[in-house]
Amino acid sequence: MQKVLLIIQREYLTRVRKKSFIIMIFVVPALILAMGGIIAMVSKNSDQITSEQTVKVVDESGIFKGKFHNSKKIKFQTINQSLKEAKSNITTDSVLTLYIPANYNSKPNSVEIFSKKKPSFKLTGEIEKQMNDIAVNTSLMEHHIDTAFLHSIKSSISLNAIEITETGDKNANVGANVTVGIACAILIYMSLFIYGAQVMRGVIEEKTSRIIEVIISSVKPFQLMLGKIIGVGLVGLTQFAAWIILSVISTKIAGQALHSPQGSMMSILAVLQTIPFGYILGCFIFYFLTGYLLYSALFAAVGSAVDSETETQQFMFPITLPLLFTYILSVSILFQAPDSPLAVWLSIIPFTAPVAMMVRLPFGVPAWQLELSMFLMVVGFLFTTYVASRIYRVGVLMYGKKASYKEIVKWFFYKE
Amino acid sequence: MLSIRNIVKQYAGHTALSDVSLEVEQGKIFGLLGPNGAGKTSLIRIINQITAPDSGEVIFNGVKLNQSHIEQIGYLPEERGLYKKMEIGEQMIYLARLKGLSRDEARKRLKFWFEKLGMESWWKMKIEELSKGMQQKAQFVATVLHEPELIILDEPFSGFDPVNAEIIKDEILDLNRKGATILFSTHRMESVEELCDSIALIHKSHKILDGKVKHIRNSYRNDTYLIEYAGERIDFDGNQPFEVNSEINEGDSTYIIKIKLKEGHNSNHVLQYMIPRVRVNMLQEVIPSMNEIFIEKVNLIP
Repeated sequence: MQKVLLIIQREYLTRVRKKSFIIMIFVVPALILAMGGIIAMVSKNSDQITSEQTVKVVDESGIFKGKFHNSKKIKFQTINQSLKEAKSNITTDSVLTLYIPANYNSKPNSVEIFSKKKPSFKLTGEIEKQMNDIAVNTSLMEHHIDTAFLHSIKSSISLNAIEITETGDKNANVGANVTVGIACAILIYMSLFIYGAQVMRGVIEEKTSRIIEVIISSVKPFQLMLGKIIGVGLVGLTQFAAWIILSVISTKIAGQALHSPQGSMMSILAVLQTIPFGYILGCFIFYFLTGYLLYSALFAAVGSAVDSETETQQFMFPITLPLLFTYILSVSILFQAPDSPLAVWLSIIPFTAPVAMMVRLPFGVPAWQLELSMFLMVVGFLFTTYVASRIYRVGVLMYGKKASYKEIVKWFFYKE
Repeated sequence: MLSIRNIVKQYAGHTALSDVSLEVEQGKIFGLLGPNGAGKTSLIRIINQITAPDSGEVIFNGVKLNQSHIEQIGYLPEERGLYKKMEIGEQMIYLARLKGLSRDEARKRLKFWFEKLGMESWWKMKIEELSKGMQQKAQFVATVLHEPELIILDEPFSGFDPVNAEIIKDEILDLNRKGATILFSTHRMESVEELCDSIALIHKSHKILDGKVKHIRNSYRNDTYLIEYAGERIDFDGNQPFEVNSEINEGDSTYIIKIKLKEGHNSNHVLQYMIPRVRVNMLQEVIPSMNEIFIEKVNLIP
C-alpha cells in the first residue's frame, strides 16, 4: 500500500510540476474571461451608436410623418424628396435614407434603408421598433382604440417556464439547462479522453524506456497501474478545482470591472442560480471519477499492449466508440428528449453514462435511475480494472510482438 | 542462499525453462551463461518475481521466495531504462524508496555513491541529458543503492567503455567482498573466468552444465599439451608416449607441437622422451577456456 502511495505521489508531482499543467490552469479561465469580455464588449458596442446618425425619411405612405422620436444619437428628418434625389444626397456615413413606399403594408419587405456604410443592428432595430409601434398605434386609432389607455395596461412579457415537481414549483430555464447539461457532457467527454490518454502515454513511456522491468521487480504490475491511474486522476481533479476557483474569482472581478448597467450579467447569474450547482457538481465529480477509472484502466491496457503510440489506434477505436457515439447523440438529440428511452438507457450503461447522464441531470433524473446508474458505474470500473490489470501485467513485458486481439485475449487467461 | 528447484516456465508456443535447478552460494559470484534466447532472462524474471514459474520453486535464504524478499534483491535488467524526464537524484531516491528505503536513508546513500563514482554534479540533471554510458552508471547505482543481499546483473558490462567497465567491475567485486551475493548473466566468457566462482550454462531452456569454474575447467582437461622445442625437427615414429595433433614451424629451428598424451602417461614421460632429443623451451597444459567449453557444449545439442 505504501508503494502505491509512492507511485501516486510520483505520477501526480511529475505532472503537476510541468509547465504545461500550470499554463493550462491559467489559460482556460483566461479564455473564459476573455470570451466573457468579448461578449460584453460586443453587446456594449451594439448598445451604443458611436456617432450621431441622421435618418432622412422618404415617406410615400404619409403614415409615419413626424411620428419618429429622436433619440440621443438618432435624428429623424422627414423630407419631401423623391427616393432618387434623396439617395443622391447621401454623401457622408452619418446620413441614411429610409424609404417607405405607399403600399408598404401589403408588401412587408418593401421598406428599405440606404446608407454608405452598413447600418448597425442597433440602428435598424430601433427604426423597426418605432415603425412597428407607429403602425400598430395607427391601426389602433383607425379602429378607435384609445392608445393612452393601451399604454397604461401594456406590460413587457417574457416567458418564464415553471416546472412542477414534488418538492414544489421551480423555475426551469430551458436554455440554461441545455447549456449546463451539454457543457458538462463536453467537459466529461474531453477530460476522459485527455486524462485517459495521459495514463496510456505514461504506460507506453515506461514500456519503451524499459524502466518497467526495474519497477515491477519492486512492485506488482497492478500496484503500478493503480498508482498511475489514481495519480493522473488526482491531476485531473486538481485541474478542475483550480479552474473552478479561478473562474469564480475571474467572473467576480470581471463583473465588477464591467459593471454592466443593463444588468445583463445579473440576469445571466439569476438564470444560473435556478440550476442546482452543488448537485450537478457532485454528480459531475462522481461521473468524472468513475468514468475516468473505467476508461483509464482500458487505456492503460492498450498502452501495455503496444510498443509505441502509433500502434494504439486499432485498439483505441472500439474503446472510444461508445463515448464518441454518446457525445454526438448528446449534442444533437439527447438534450431535446432527456427522458426518452434512448437517453435513459445511455445514462445507465456504464460506458456511456458519464456523458449521457450529465446531459440529463439539469432536467431532473428520477432517483432510482441515478442510483442504478451510479451503482453500475462502480461495478463497471471494478470490472474494467480487473480485465485491464490482467492484460497489463503480461503486456508490459512483451516487446516486439505485434499485439492482436487474439493475443490480448490469450494474455487475459495467462496464469500468474 | 538461492536455490532454484525444478523450474518450468512455458509461454504460448514455446518453453522458456524446462526443469532447471541451480544453487547459488552465499557470498559468491555466480554466472548464468547461455546464448541469446536460452531462457536466462526468463529465469532472472522469476527470481525477481516479475513472473511466476509454472512449476518448481525458488528458495531464498531457506524460505520460499515471497514479496518480502524484493527489498533484498537488486536487479539491473539487460535493457536499461530510467524515466527520461525525471531528475536523477529524485529518480534514484524514488526507486530506492520502492525497494523499501526511507527518503533520508536513500538520500544519504545516494550522496555516498555519487561522491564515490564522481557523479555529484548529476543530481539535478535529467536522464535524457546524459550519455548512454552515464545512464548505465546511474542505473547501476540505482540497482545497489538499497544494499541488497543478492544483486542480479543482466549483461552488466554491455554499453560501458573499457574505463567505466573496469570501474563497475571493481564496484561489483567490492560489493561482493562486503558480503553481497552476485548473480550475473552474460555471454561474454572472458568476464566469467575473471569474476565467477560458479556458473550454470543454459541452452534451449535446459541447464546443460553447472558447477565451480575451476572444477568445470579441470573436468574438461583432456591431456593436451603445447610444447615448444628448438633443435632438429623430430620425426615422430609412433613410439613416443603421445600423439601429435598439430605442428608449426616457427623458423630458426623452433617448432611448436600440440600433443595428446597416450593412455597411462603423464607430462614427465613427455619430457623424458623429448629432452635427449631437443631443447624444450616450453611445456604447457592446454585447459579449454570457458568459451571453448561453452561452444562445445552448445554445439553438442542440435
